Amino acid sequence: MNTMLWAVLPYLSLVVLIGGTVWRHRYDRFGWTTRSSQLYESRLLRVGSPLFHYGLLFVVAGHVVGLLVPQSWTNAVGVGEHAYHVAATALGLAAAAATIAGIVLLIRRRRTTGPVFLATTRNDKLMYLFLAGTILAGTAATLWNTVGPHEHNYRETISPWFRSLSYLRPRTELMARAPITYQVHVVLAMLLFALFPFTRLVHAFSAPVGYLFRPYVVYRSRDARPPGAGEPRPGWEPVDR
Amino acid sequence: MRVMAQIAMVMNLDKCIGCHTCSVTCKQTWTNRGGVEYAWFNNVETRPGQGYPRRWQDQDTWQGGWRRNRRGRLRLASGGRWHRLSRIFANPRLPTITDYYEPWTYDYRTLTDAPLGDDIPVARPRSLLTGKPMEITWSSNWDDDLGGTGELGHLDPMVARTREKVADRIRFEFEQTFMFYLPRICEHCLNPSCVSACPSGAMYKRVEDGIVLVDQDGCRGWRMCVTACPYKKVYFNHKTGKAEKCTMCYPRIEVGLPTVCSETCVGRLRYLGVLLYDADAVLAAASVENEHDLYPAQLGVFLDPEDPAVRRAAEAAGITHDWIEAARRSPVRTLIAEYRVALPLHPEFRTMPMVWYIPPLSPVVDALTSTGHDGEDAGNLFGAIDTLRVPLEYLAELFTAGDPAPVRAALERLAAMRSYMRAINLDEEPDEAIPARVGLTGTQVRDLYRLLAIAKYDERYVIPTAAIGDAARLEESALPDGCSLDFAGGPGMGGSGPFGEASGRPVPVSVENFHALRDRGTADRPADTAGPGARVNLLNWDGNGRPAGLFPPHDEARRDDPGETDR
Repeated sequence: MNTMLWAVLPYLSLVVLIGGTVWRHRYDRFGWTTRSSQLYESRLLRVGSPLFHYGLLFVVAGHVVGLLVPQSWTNAVGVGEHAYHVAATALGLAAAAATIAGIVLLIRRRRTTGPVFLATTRNDKLMYLFLAGTILAGTAATLWNTVGPHEHNYRETISPWFRSLSYLRPRTELMARAPITYQVHVVLAMLLFALFPFTRLVHAFSAPVGYLFRPYVVYRSRDARPPGAGEPRPGWEPVDR
Repeated sequence: MRVMAQIAMVMNLDKCIGCHTCSVTCKQTWTNRGGVEYAWFNNVETRPGQGYPRRWQDQDTWQGGWRRNRRGRLRLASGGRWHRLSRIFANPRLPTITDYYEPWTYDYRTLTDAPLGDDIPVARPRSLLTGKPMEITWSSNWDDDLGGTGELGHLDPMVARTREKVADRIRFEFEQTFMFYLPRICEHCLNPSCVSACPSGAMYKRVEDGIVLVDQDGCRGWRMCVTACPYKKVYFNHKTGKAEKCTMCYPRIEVGLPTVCSETCVGRLRYLGVLLYDADAVLAAASVENEHDLYPAQLGVFLDPEDPAVRRAAEAAGITHDWIEAARRSPVRTLIAEYRVALPLHPEFRTMPMVWYIPPLSPVVDALTSTGHDGEDAGNLFGAIDTLRVPLEYLAELFTAGDPAPVRAALERLAAMRSYMRAINLDEEPDEAIPARVGLTGTQVRDLYRLLAIAKYDERYVIPTAAIGDAARLEESALPDGCSLDFAGGPGMGGSGPFGEASGRPVPVSVENFHALRDRGTADRPADTAGPGARVNLLNWDGNGRPAGLFPPHDEARRDDPGETDR
């Protein structure tokens, strides 16, 4: 069971995430969009969406620091365990509060605004379930294990386990020692990553950073290939004779 | 000088009767799909009026187009790059569906399915967004023919701006009101703000013809273009989550046909043609300080294809000969640059729009005639232009950023044409002083008359095809890359490359033709069928004999196939 959850599932979800994204990029570039519903409803979105997205950006940054920076490094620069946790918890909870407030507002808007609800697919609903579940489980785990009654230093269990994944020698016993609340959060997150390429979440991968560096007006030539030349686009191959 | 070609349009507002045929045919061609029910790539507005989407001209609200900052540089009105990226999660200036209108259909089924009763069944409107019954309160031409303008006319941003300058010129009382129609499509600007705002780089201006398009595979639905376009002519497809816009009917333009809106225009008021312009000069022209200078600055960007230096530069820039010739015959260039009767729509947005308008003159003639004057007498006409029923100042707000002089000049030329041509119609001696007063000659006026009034199809639309310039390339593409018999298990199947079937690249047809033709001149065989991988090329088969390989080899096995004999 431990091997299944903490050694097989992580790699599986990674493979699905990468493979699925490549597949989606090759075969469904047209469907690769935010599918924004702002046209239907703007007032709630203008509060909820930035709250959620900016909150999430901070949450992701927090995860990068917490998972990738070993405890020995922060100790070496003189940040003690206690100081680190106070800072991480305070910042993390603030970011979590913004994210949760945002997603609650967004889901509420999605449910109550007629056109927005009608434009919501089953795929979206499943995605929202995992997204909200992961966020809530993560927040609950943090509250329970740092602020709450049980003190648990995840930088001695989850973080080394996460890093051990990258040198293909998963230390599953570390994860097995982690509290169940964290375990739930991690499993949900892995399932969310596996789901990622098949939902609208892919828009995160097209964050338009290149916009900052390109000239304003884009010129393109008419389709450089003459009609009928070269490989047909996926899905447009001629039928077998 | 970097010469580029642009397909541009001119609309003669004098002839627009507001029939909306262009809008309807455009809709049937491009936007009769779910997700863009509310979108009209072409719409016809009654001016004065709020327009579609509501008050689109009010850039204080919508922040479209460019603004010139204190250092004289252009910046998108919706902010710099960082500013806009920081607002990517919720575009603060996106019109909502109610600013366009909530699309609807009618409950037609009740007309046939309603149970027998005393009441006549009616088809009630239902929203296409929610499916629920709805009240229709707004649409793409709700204020058509001044509907409601008596009370709501002040909401037209251009009315407000005109009244700031000349308070008493715009009245909506029945006897004093005025109106004209304004058909609008995408402007395919030289300095497009939508393209500049697209974070994904999915919007682009085509190098060959200047048409602005959205790459549907590249669009990620960030909606910045909708805000940035000051004409509000980029629409968000709410089903696919992608931006869509007028395509200038590029599949038709590429084969030399006019756009659908032009082709079906009842008043024959649209003109299509090529303009050559200097791409290096665009930014400086769009950044001139005084808004009134934007119209002359844009005129300065256009290049004269009669100038041999321009033609040389154009050819050096890869513009094909037939495009340069088309630019010389372009009706659009004639109306914009030569006669200067066409004016840009809202040059103050600084996007350098490329759909221009000939301002309406008609009502002045009627007004003069009804007051007992000779409506087409040159003296009366010129004097009356300043007291036009359609106020000059209002037209100036639309076409020249508020400067009445170019509008007056354009209207005077039209008035001169009327007066001069009337004399010819009445078999009188035309007064050459009339065209001279507006800086034209009698011949020019006759040409202008022919272009505007006779408006022959092939003079209105001078569209070079994309194909002639590409003939060599297309010759390649018209033929399949491989032999049609060259499929797996087929009779023509043979090793084409060093690694077996279909390895390596196919030899271009022109290369094969070249070798075959050279071979024919030097070889003593009818056609080279002996060379490695040779096949019979019917394009240069000289008809001598029946070279081996002309027909697939007899397949003994197939003769026993009952399917074969049945045929």
